[in-house]
Amino acid sequence: MRSLLVVFVFGVCAFGQKYNVGKAASADEIKATDQFMAPDGTGLPAGKGTAADGRDIYSRRCARCHGAQGQGDEEGPLVGGKGSLKTAKPLKTVGSFWPYATTIYDYVHRAMPFDNPGLLDANQTYSVVALILHMNGIIGEKDEMNAQTLPKVKMPNRDGFVKDNRPDTGKKKK
Amino acid sequence: MPKNERRRFLQLSGIVALAGCSQQPGAKTDEEKLPSALGKPIRAYGERSQFETAKRAVPDLKRPQIGSTRTPLAETEGIITPSSLHFERHHAGVPDLDPAKHTLLLHGLVERPLVFTVADLKRLPSASHIYFVECAGNSGGEWKAPGGPNVAASFGLASCSEWTGVPLKILLEEAGLRPAGKWLVAEGADACKMSRSLPIEKALEDCLVAYAQNGEAIRPEQGYPLRLVVPGYEGNVNVKWLRQIKIVDQPNQTKDETSKYTDLLADGTARQFTFVMDAKSVITYPSGGQKLAGPGFQEIRGLAWSGRGVIEKVEVSTDGGKTWTKAALQEPRLPKAFTRFRLPWKWDGTETEITARAVDSAGYTQPSREELTEARGANSQYHYNGVKMWKIGADGSVKNA
Repeated sequence: MRSLLVVFVFGVCAFGQKYNVGKAASADEIKATDQFMAPDGTGLPAGKGTAADGRDIYSRRCARCHGAQGQGDEEGPLVGGKGSLKTAKPLKTVGSFWPYATTIYDYVHRAMPFDNPGLLDANQTYSVVALILHMNGIIGEKDEMNAQTLPKVKMPNRDGFVKDNRPDTGKKKK
Repeated sequence: MPKNERRRFLQLSGIVALAGCSQQPGAKTDEEKLPSALGKPIRAYGERSQFETAKRAVPDLKRPQIGSTRTPLAETEGIITPSSLHFERHHAGVPDLDPAKHTLLLHGLVERPLVFTVADLKRLPSASHIYFVECAGNSGGEWKAPGGPNVAASFGLASCSEWTGVPLKILLEEAGLRPAGKWLVAEGADACKMSRSLPIEKALEDCLVAYAQNGEAIRPEQGYPLRLVVPGYEGNVNVKWLRQIKIVDQPNQTKDETSKYTDLLADGTARQFTFVMDAKSVITYPSGGQKLAGPGFQEIRGLAWSGRGVIEKVEVSTDGGKTWTKAALQEPRLPKAFTRFRLPWKWDGTETEITARAVDSAGYTQPSREELTEARGANSQYHYNGVKMWKIGADGSVKNA
């Protein structure tokens, strides 16, 4: 049965290919590699967490670089900067600049902690994301973040981005 | 014997007389005097001469895995950057990937999700093109003040290589692109799994899944064994250590296309998906940190490039921008590649300022710093392409103007 299935899968995949190089990717292979998360919530895993849940893991794995309150330390701050984007010293943080809450999950999940990316499980990641949002005053301490609630969080600077409308220079001759 | 020649003769005799006792600076070595002396044996992989010292500018970093090195463009000739001097920008260090194990997954909105080994990709039709790669943050320091002391410091996050690989269009045709697939998101195999979204039109136009750079395998710090090469677009989307491409219907809004690599404008909004690198040029000789030996003939040399096509014209000013002269452009001029320009010049030994500006095939003229900041403010951080002025002192020293 299995060999029949393999033949079937191969047959389908060969159809339409010009060079027939490369092999069909199995659902398991795709699942193991595809960790992308879209702003509409596609790809967010099961799990949940609140800001209160996140304090322990944050203090152990995040605070050294980002500061106990997200104010920044070895790395830039996660909080603050509201109202600064038009000034001579703009401070771009999750609260003042990031347009999508799903990006925080995606980035923490794929790249943090810096020395051990991928360490946090889904519940820990939702909790840390909830804490970062809470530190920025965007959600309450007990608001649960999960695959349904996180994409619905409206980030303060959600409407702060515009399309590339260059060339805005280069026409003048001196 | 005229006075000058007599002095030179006396100097030379002095050197010859001393040569027997001890080695003098500028004196010839035994090998140079006697070309019959045996040299070093053959070797399997070449190294440059021990006398050559050009190297990437390496900053002090609190974490050596996050940061960049800069190409010493003023110490390169022609348009190809040696792979060993290609600038680096890493976000989580350089992974050590085994090409026998590394694969590229192509999936999402396609008829046939496929996995390619590196060997698979090398079997497919290949193409070679010379393209520059420039970090969007190159010259970023110039937004606040035109302070870069030399070419490497203010322009060194740009390099140019011949890249060889499979056109991405071929892979998309193999997988069968679905009509709903409007974007792709590409991911690297570095520890942070760096990822960026790109419009599908660009993928079908001229992107390469590259495995070679300047005739040999891509260097580890440039993405070995696979790099997505996106001609003319900001360096960050040229995803290194490429491990997967997913076809999607909308951009993924990754961290590096929202919180980073977006261009803050004076009104507090930020431009997003500003992919193309606009026309730019810089004089590499004479440039900051160099010193002219004295008045007389100098060949002004520099590099120009544009993400929108071919460089059509480079004008050079040797009087601080009052008058401009067309420089000669080295052929072939290639789209989205460095173009070398040159202009013979006789320096009269007085203090002056020199600069260059490029015009590309889209009709775009490289702007002044004032024009840029007028349009965008000074907080954009990325995509600075203003002209750079070098000041030549009466003593021949060259500094940032």
